[in-house]
Amino acid sequence: MVSTAISVRDLSKKYDNRLAVSHINFEVPMGTVCGFVGPNGSGKTTTMRMLLGLITPTTGEGHILGEPINHPEKYLSRVGAMIEGPAFYPALSGHENLMVLAKLGGFPTERVQILLEKVGLGDRGKSKYKTYSLGMKQRLGIAAALLPEPKLLMLDEPTNGLDPEGIQEIRALLRDLANGGTTVFVSSHLLSELEIISDHIVMLRKGEIVFAGPIGELMAKQQPTIIAKSLDHSDLKKIVEIAQESGHHAVIRNDSVHILAAMDWAPELNKAAFNAGITLAQLAPQLPNLEETFFEMTGDK
Amino acid sequence: MLNVVSAELRKLRRPTLFLGTMAAVVFFSGLFSALLFLLIDSPQGNSDRGQVVGREVLGLATGGVQGFASTGGFLGIIALCVFAAQTAQEYTYGTLRNLLIRQPGRLRILIGKLIAMKIFAFVMIVLAAIIGISTSVVLAPGAKVNTDLWFTSAGIEAIFTSFVNVTISVVGFGIIGMVLGLLLRSPISAISFGVLWLLIIENLLIAVKGSLQNWLPGAQLNAIASGGTLDLAYKNALTVGGIYVGIGAIVAAILFVRRDVSN
Repeated sequence: MVSTAISVRDLSKKYDNRLAVSHINFEVPMGTVCGFVGPNGSGKTTTMRMLLGLITPTTGEGHILGEPINHPEKYLSRVGAMIEGPAFYPALSGHENLMVLAKLGGFPTERVQILLEKVGLGDRGKSKYKTYSLGMKQRLGIAAALLPEPKLLMLDEPTNGLDPEGIQEIRALLRDLANGGTTVFVSSHLLSELEIISDHIVMLRKGEIVFAGPIGELMAKQQPTIIAKSLDHSDLKKIVEIAQESGHHAVIRNDSVHILAAMDWAPELNKAAFNAGITLAQLAPQLPNLEETFFEMTGDK
Repeated sequence: MLNVVSAELRKLRRPTLFLGTMAAVVFFSGLFSALLFLLIDSPQGNSDRGQVVGREVLGLATGGVQGFASTGGFLGIIALCVFAAQTAQEYTYGTLRNLLIRQPGRLRILIGKLIAMKIFAFVMIVLAAIIGISTSVVLAPGAKVNTDLWFTSAGIEAIFTSFVNVTISVVGFGIIGMVLGLLLRSPISAISFGVLWLLIIENLLIAVKGSLQNWLPGAQLNAIASGGTLDLAYKNALTVGGIYVGIGAIVAAILFVRRDVSN
């Protein structure tokens, strides 16, 4: 029994003189939801394409469901994927488009209508693809990815163009699939979405891995922050000085001070502020979210 | 392989493509055959490039398929457009990545697509043959053309031979279209280049230097459809045309199998 759905070692892809993906290593355990994050152009889609056998790696190796990626025919019948947005024939209906893929992959054609219902396109299956909204196209792409009843689902920005309700539905769908044993490898620029659904995170920047592992491990590495607000806005600078005197990094953001310190230092801050004649209006801990962590680790903000 | 063919036929049978193409085939094959008989006494000629095909020629066993055979080049251009568009659109729509995820055997996809498009072309040719021969049968008496030999054993053999020749020619044109689609990865570019070359550039080149007719691909395929011409022997056309189509197909297949799919 294979324990990793995806494992990649020293994988690189070079276009002319540009290294799009540089010697990356990571593993995605079976049955997890793994978020794949990185800024635009960081190499996410290139990595996914290599994993799906669409492009040939320049160096390195990888395994999908235990099979080497240079033999995609050995694993693709168990993999569902939507890469770089949905792509279908505009003149065919959503139903016909899925039928083409079902026939091609040798999947039962009865699944087509079931999947259309599952992604909320049951009543629009007969409409031509070119009449679909971006959200509907995205849903059809997800339905196509689910055709093989995949053991591994790879989705590139699946919530693009979806309304909040649609995003919630897709989030629930992905969670359900993971609960049913499907490994979900999903890239998104909506980091808050990934934070909610992911067990694992693979972070990419300029083609290199910044972090790969359980999301809890990533968050634990981050320093907690104390948010302090004063009644008088002019006291914020004094709060920064108090924090810095105690050796903590502090910055003013909007109308509050963000201090990199554990919450057990908060009573000390409260006392020092009181002694300095500052009335605090708020003193609260803030654990860094994935977005902040991402920006901190990639140094992009 | 059957899965690929079946999936491809689903795309080819969509009404706008299938009915549109077949309507064009019906119209033009009817027109080509009709003009042979309706303009039989015209001093401007009644056939390709002002040639005159007289009653004595049309009265031969091959007369019944004369119209159909002259439609061969036109059917070839249609096949080139359909094959090129069906191949190149996979790149422009980005659907090639879906196909390759569902069927990673690239050569299998290519051969499956080719078989499906050949089936499409075959339907087109059968329809053109029926319309061309029927039109000839209907219009022959009015043009005072004797049809006694048309359905003798020699006539049936002529129909069969002509059908095979047109099929070879149309499939050849189609494969050239497919090769252009794979090389240029854009339906508009592939069709424009193919049609421009076959209809204009080749004719200009032949007009400038007549001997080029023995070497240009479109001329070979047109000659095959007609069973050879006075200037271009059937065997030569089959050999040279076959070399063009064969080399093109091999180059395109190697590119398709090895090239990264990054769009």
